Order: sequence, then C-alpha cells, then structure tokens
Amino acid sequence: MNLGPHLTARRDAGASLLVPYVTGGLGDDWTDVVRAVVDAGADAVEIGIPFSDPVMDGPTIQAASVRALEAGTTPTSILGEVRTLDVGVPLAVMTYCNLVFHAGCTRFAEALHDAGVDGAILPDLPLGEIDEWADAADAAGVETVMLAAPNTTDARLDAICARSRGFLYGVSLMGITGERDSLATSAGEIARRAKAATDLPVLLGVGISTPEQAADASQVADGVVVGSALIARLLDGAGPDGAHDLVAAFRRALDGD
Amino acid sequence: MTDVATSGTPATPATPAPPARGRPVTLGPPGPEPTANGRFEGFGGQFVPETLIPALEELEAEFRTAWTSDGFRAEFADLLTNYAGRPTPVTECANLSDRLGVRVLLKREDLTHTGSHKINNVLGQALLTRRMGKRRVIAETGAGQHGVATATACALFGLDCTVFMGAVDVERQALNVWRMQLLGAEVVPVQSGSRTLKDAVNDALRDWVATVESTHYCIGSVVGPHPYPWIVREFQRVVGDEARAQCLAHLGRDPDVVIACVGGGSNAIGTFTGFVDSPARLIGVEAGGLGIESGRHGASVARGVPGVLHGARSLFLQDEAGQILEAHSISAGLDYPGVGPEHAGLAAAGRAEYVSATDEVALEGFRLLSETEGIVPALEPAHAIGWLARAAGNEVPAGATVLVTMSGRGDKDAAQVAEILRLR
Ligand SMILES: Cc1ncc(COP(=O)(O)O)c(C=O)c1O
Repeated sequence: MNLGPHLTARRDAGASLLVPYVTGGLGDDWTDVVRAVVDAGADAVEIGIPFSDPVMDGPTIQAASVRALEAGTTPTSILGEVRTLDVGVPLAVMTYCNLVFHAGCTRFAEALHDAGVDGAILPDLPLGEIDEWADAADAAGVETVMLAAPNTTDARLDAICARSRGFLYGVSLMGITGERDSLATSAGEIARRAKAATDLPVLLGVGISTPEQAADASQVADGVVVGSALIARLLDGAGPDGAHDLVAAFRRALDGD
Repeated sequence: MTDVATSGTPATPATPAPPARGRPVTLGPPGPEPTANGRFEGFGGQFVPETLIPALEELEAEFRTAWTSDGFRAEFADLLTNYAGRPTPVTECANLSDRLGVRVLLKREDLTHTGSHKINNVLGQALLTRRMGKRRVIAETGAGQHGVATATACALFGLDCTVFMGAVDVERQALNVWRMQLLGAEVVPVQSGSRTLKDAVNDALRDWVATVESTHYCIGSVVGPHPYPWIVREFQRVVGDEARAQCLAHLGRDPDVVIACVGGGSNAIGTFTGFVDSPARLIGVEAGGLGIESGRHGASVARGVPGVLHGARSLFLQDEAGQILEAHSISAGLDYPGVGPEHAGLAAAGRAEYVSATDEVALEGFRLLSETEGIVPALEPAHAIGWLARAAGNEVPAGATVLVTMSGRGDKDAAQVAEILRLR
C-alpha cells in the first residue's frame, strides 16, 4: 500500500488524518501497540528506529529511544518485526540519517521496501542534503516525507513540497518533540501556507498533545502526527490497551464525535 | 603621559612612552572556503532540522560580509590584542629539548585571557552575535574552557549566556563551572546519554531549535553544520598564522613538525592552517583513553568511520548499526566521539597525520612539561607533549624542530590530576 495515495484518498473522502508514532523496540509488545493503534483508527503509523543522538526529540522520545536501544534494538531487528505486521494501513519509518548512511542509502531504502515500509521521515536531512537518499528511496519505491518549519521561507516551502512524497510534515512550532499545554499559534500558519503550496496531505506534528489540540489543528491541516503524548503513556506502562484508548480518543476528536 | 623632552624642563631619560594599547595583531587574509555545500574533501555539510536552516543561512551571510569588512577585522584584532592578550609568544623549551633530543617550541595559547585558545573563536562569534542583533548565546562545553570563554565574552558584550555541560564534566571540571557562574552564565548539567561533550552538543542543538530566532549558538570547535567548521577555523587560524611568522623570525625557516591535540579539532586546525602550505609535517594527537585496543578512547580519525553527527558528515566512533559510541578520555576536552570535517578531509588527503596518546601518556606529558619547563599544561595539550616525548627519536627523528600548540593551561585540571596521583 502506498502512503500518499492512501492518505490522499482518506482526506478526499472527508477524514481528518491521524498518524500515531511508536518507537520501534519499546517493550516486547511494541508490534501489538502498532496493531492496537491501527485498530483504534490510525490512518498510517510512524515507526521510530531509535538513534543514539536524536536531536529533534525531547525527553520523552529520548527516554523511549534509550530504553529500546538498551533492550538491544537495531534497525535490522525492527525491520524484521515490521515485516510480520500486516495492519492494513501504510507504515512510515522515522529515524536519523546516520543510520541510513551507515547502511548505505540504496541498501537502507531496499530494506525498508522489503519490510513493507512505505515511507521515511528523516528530520535531520534537510532539502540541501536530501538528494542522495531521496533518489535511492524513489528508486526503491519508498516515499520520503519532508518537513517544513514555521520559519521556512515561501520559496523554500515550495521546493520542499515539490520534493516531498506521501505527505508534507508541518512542524507545528519552533522546537523539538514533546508534550505542550496548548497548540502553538504557529501551527495554523504553517498548515495554511503548506496547504496553499501543495496538494499533498498536510499533517501537523511536534507538540500535538491532546485530542482537543488535534481537533483544533485539523481545522486547517489535513491531520496530525501524535508522538510524545502516546510514548509518555507507553513509558508509564499503558501497553497496547492503553495505546488503543488514547488513539481512539484522538480519533473521536478528529471525527468530531 | 606628556612629552617632557620638548617642554624646556630638564631632560628625562629618552624612553619612548609605551603605547597605551597594543598595536592590533595582524590577521591573515581570509582563508580558503569549503565548497558551496560546505564540504572539505566531501566531509561537512548541513544535516540539521529544517528549523535551523534559516539561522545557518543568516550566519553564513553575516560572516561572509563581516570577514571581508575592514571594520569587523579591526575590531576583532583589537579584542584579540587588548582583551585576549595576543600575540601569544612562541617559547623555546631548552630543558625539554635536551631531554628529548628534538628541538621543542611551544605556541603559548595557555597565556591568553581565560587560559586557552577557545577565547579566539568566542570573541569572533560574540561580534557576529552583536551584528545579527541577537541577545542570547548558548554554548556546549567539555572541559569548561569554551564555556568559560563564552561566558567571558557574554559578560563583556552584555549578552545572556547558557552553557550546556555533561553532568560527568560538571563533576570533573568544578572550578570552571564556578567560573562560568561567576561570569553570569547559567550552567545546565546534561543528564542524557554519556553525560559528556557529545550530549552537551545535543542539548544545545535542541535548545537552539526552539530559540533560534533570538539566540546564537556559539559552537566551540570546528564541528557542527556548515558554516561553523569554516567560521571557527577562520577565527582560530590566528594561532597558526602568528606561529608561522614567529617561527620564520626565530628559526629563519619553518619547523619540521607541527603538533596539536585534537578534540573537535579547533586548536589543531587553527595551527595547521598556518602551515598547510609549508613543508612541515602536521600531526594531530587524539585521545587514546585506556588504549585504542580497549575500545575506550576518543580516536575518531584512527578508529572512526564516516557518518553524520551534530550536523556534519565526518568521522565518528560508531557501532555496527551506526549508533554513536561514547568516547573516553581523561581529558574532558578530548572526550568526543568525532572530529571536525576539515580534519577528516586533511586525513583523507594525506596532508595531516593523526596519532593518539593514552590517558597514561597524557599524564606523563603533564608532569614532564611542568618539571622541565615550569609550564603546567592543560590535560588536552598534555596529550601532544606526552606523545612527542615517546615519539622523539623514532616517529619524530632526533634533531627535528617541533612546534607544539600549548592550547591551554593546567589550572583547571590540577585538582583532578592531584586526585589521580594521590590514589596511586
Ligand atoms: C585547552 C584545550 N585544548 C584543546 C581542547 C580540545 O578542543 P579542540 O580540539 O577544538 O581544540 C580543549 C577543549 O575543551 C581545551 O580546553
């Protein structure tokens, strides 16, 4: 299944898109967590391959990464488990570019494809450095999701949208991942600008912490990525059931129920 | 002071009045730029979150204008001279030379204000910060020397200052923590990862992603995304440019060998840049920690593989999957699992050699220079001295003339070394 066509079809059918983030290797039951969030209404799932030095991540996802790495998680082990998932929605991997370059762009892209991963999000690989990876990903049939930030200029935003596949990831605020008390005022503005620049679905992520914030965000954006809010509960031992409940609450809020 | 000799009163001895302020040091012309995408022999680049791109573009544009502006250069030269105490001398080490059978000269960055070469870079970046109209500066620090230098410049320029420092380093460099606080900086102990320099850079980058519009990140070495490795090298090359001229004046020729310790690589690149077009052998000394074979070291050129960390493609210590490994060194300033991209380029091109000195060898160097010359080195350049002491007569032939950059003084390390030696 392809990320872009699936999300676009869902959006065009009137849905607000929901993409939860799950750190690969966080607990023995992390694949059950993926199944649970899909069951609760996720339109796609972002799977984190943990990196030792995640500079775009706040304390919550850092802690999840440390826990997964200490349990012996590697990119290979995660992709091996992803291969066993047959959840009926597209999967995108989120990781840092060193793991990609270390394996080699072509090898990494083919490994993603072979594991049934549809997309890749690399927050430390900006437009100026994207070509080597993105060309390999295009060739392997993996969609590279680009990020745009509140301070991205209009000209750059156009170029980012043109290079993005699957969806456009709008960073809702100036900052790293982590829960926030309220939706940043910058969220609506970057979503509006991105919507004007592309037909790709525009999802807001980073700091979307509650179902209410998600509903607000989806007034302008096509949907949301929810990371730290879910990971914080998983770190507290919520397990697949707790993850299901939380994602279901986001789903209801986005559906206006 | 007035000129009494022309006023008709009895002549006083004809000593000319000393200038109230030193004549500013002469800066070399701007040096070679990396390629347009910030590469040195393929290493470097800009691997950062999108949020940081506008700030890096602004910084590059600002530096490009400033570095060719006479006003900026004059102001920088004046600060280096009348605030930091440049030029620093080159000291001939007769006793050590006798002992080792090679002629040793030291470039004395330990004599600068705040006690290490870090002040050169920081004064330049403080001027850039002011030009960009930013009011807050963040920095990472390992040994605390860059943190102290940054806090010093921020006190001078009236800027807010936050320094990220690994919790392990906060412990082993307590004196410098206190100095930073005295200078008005906030010191944030970093609890993530190995709780040393690498993690301090991570947290500084995370802060910067959120504050980039009002804050300048004052990186302390020739690491990080383009344009930092280029900017920091240009601000540090005064070390090598001065030393080259001083060697020519004193020796009538270039030294045979030029040696500097390498953490991120700023004192080494500053030194090497002055000699890169000379016949001198360039040798960088990395942290050998408990020994290269132990796996617990900071020898990123010797044992690192190409990768991306902290915004640049360079050589890093990594495991089979590409996770960054923790470095180990007795010296907080060398305890970093990577090296600046220009060093990776110099190594690839074969223009510079990279060797390592263990903790033990560094301690030997620390004692040796103290005992023979009355100069207590920081633990970082003690690696260079310790390596030279063992290499003299073999890798460095007897009779060779060797310039070593004494990148900083040992005051900050006295308590730590005393404790290590007491426990023996
Ligand atoms: C005295 C001294 N020398 C050397 C270094 C290592 O840094 P670099 O390799 O950037 O010169 C440090 C870093 O803290 C230092 O304090």
